[in-house]
Amino acid sequence: MATIIIPTPLRKFTDNKAKIETSGSTVGESITQLAELHPDLSKHLFQQCGKLQNFLKIYLGDRDIKALNNEETPISEQDVISIIPAIAGGKL
Amino acid sequence: MSDIKFSKEELERYSRHLIIPEFNIKGQRKLKAASVLVIGTGGLGAPLLQYLSAAGVGTIGIVDFDVVEDSNLQRQVLFTQADIGRPKVEAAKERIAAQNPHIQINTYNTTFTSENAVEIAKDYDVIADGTDNFPTRYLVNDVSVLLKIPNVYASIFRFEGQVTVFNYIDAHGNVGPNYRDLFPSPPPPGLVPSCAEGGVIGVLPGILGSLQANEVIKVITGVGDNLSGKLFLFDALNFETRTLKIEKDPENPLTGENPTLTELIDYEQFCGFGIEKNGERENVKEIDVNTLDNWLKGDEDLQLIDVREPFEYEIANIDAQLIPQGDILEHVEEISSKHKVVIHCRSGKRSADVIELLQDKYGFQNLYNLKGGILAWAEEIDQSLPKY
Repeated sequence: MATIIIPTPLRKFTDNKAKIETSGSTVGESITQLAELHPDLSKHLFQQCGKLQNFLKIYLGDRDIKALNNEETPISEQDVISIIPAIAGGKL
Repeated sequence: MSDIKFSKEELERYSRHLIIPEFNIKGQRKLKAASVLVIGTGGLGAPLLQYLSAAGVGTIGIVDFDVVEDSNLQRQVLFTQADIGRPKVEAAKERIAAQNPHIQINTYNTTFTSENAVEIAKDYDVIADGTDNFPTRYLVNDVSVLLKIPNVYASIFRFEGQVTVFNYIDAHGNVGPNYRDLFPSPPPPGLVPSCAEGGVIGVLPGILGSLQANEVIKVITGVGDNLSGKLFLFDALNFETRTLKIEKDPENPLTGENPTLTELIDYEQFCGFGIEKNGERENVKEIDVNTLDNWLKGDEDLQLIDVREPFEYEIANIDAQLIPQGDILEHVEEISSKHKVVIHCRSGKRSADVIELLQDKYGFQNLYNLKGGILAWAEEIDQSLPKY
């Protein structure tokens, strides 16, 4: 089971849960499962073509998955996946 | 550097720096010789300016176009009640000049734009980004890369914050990642709410801004390890902190393998704000609060819908039917397609989003956005309503 950490701006789509356990052997499978568990989150995670939104960063541990194998990056028990959005504070 | 001199008063003031072996007078000289441009004197700017002036940064520039409002005082602790209505840069300069009369303070009572950014920033060694919107963040990043100066970054939302140092050039000339390496694309407008829409715990920018000031001091003096290449994340609610590695992106249009950006661009357009330049959208019909007031008094057969959250409705409402934005699609059947339907939120933005959605998805043609939202109603029609 990997844990996905949900950032504050997206918690309204996960019933305010900050951490969600998923199974799946790759980062992509875990994120897909997350979207299936919380369908409202889906359009914020994925573009229409099915690729991950490019204003989100996905980290496995402290590494950007782009530096690993993107969605194909394998995961194991105890792994932590973080979704990191851009935030800007204040105005829009 | 050894030609930087200190008066007796300065040496006494900075004594707690001078007696730290790793810092000592060399570090203090570097601070005095340095110039830091602080962009934004809001929640992050308050601790930034206070601690950089206290530390003895020789020249501090402050950029902000705004005036102090009462809702700022919950977190922008540089200002007081008496400052309400004053230009922020004026009040900020007064406060930090009183804190440290030995430093030079320059103020720029203007928006930081592509037209003036290089001219303002070119005389500074370091930029500290305390801004509050995505277009300016990309602008600050790009100007710091073009001018080859580090950009000490922090940002906040509700209970979370981020800090890092972008574009840091180390002693060997290696350049660290910049904002576009971390976030190549901004989120679409409206996805990540602002503090005005989403709220922020007041002390959060105090914490993050202080960390930011610490990074500025480390960048200037070379003491310790700064956050270049690392993104520090802070969750004030559960006190979790994480430090993630920032990778350089070979497709970065500014600093990647094939750079295509060589000058500043239109950042509003880049962030998707083109359509909303004047707060209006071409396909959304708008009415102002006086028109709505006349319609209601004239017993116009209309439906009034409020798309805010229940807790906002409790603070202030105008007796509209509450259907929060997130639930709108489930309640489409309740929205009339025959009568005039006026949709409002707090300031007019969420309601405009809802109208666009309903028009695109269901073909509604009878929807009107209340310009300025309940804030405009509280300003012009019913002053007894609290503005929040």
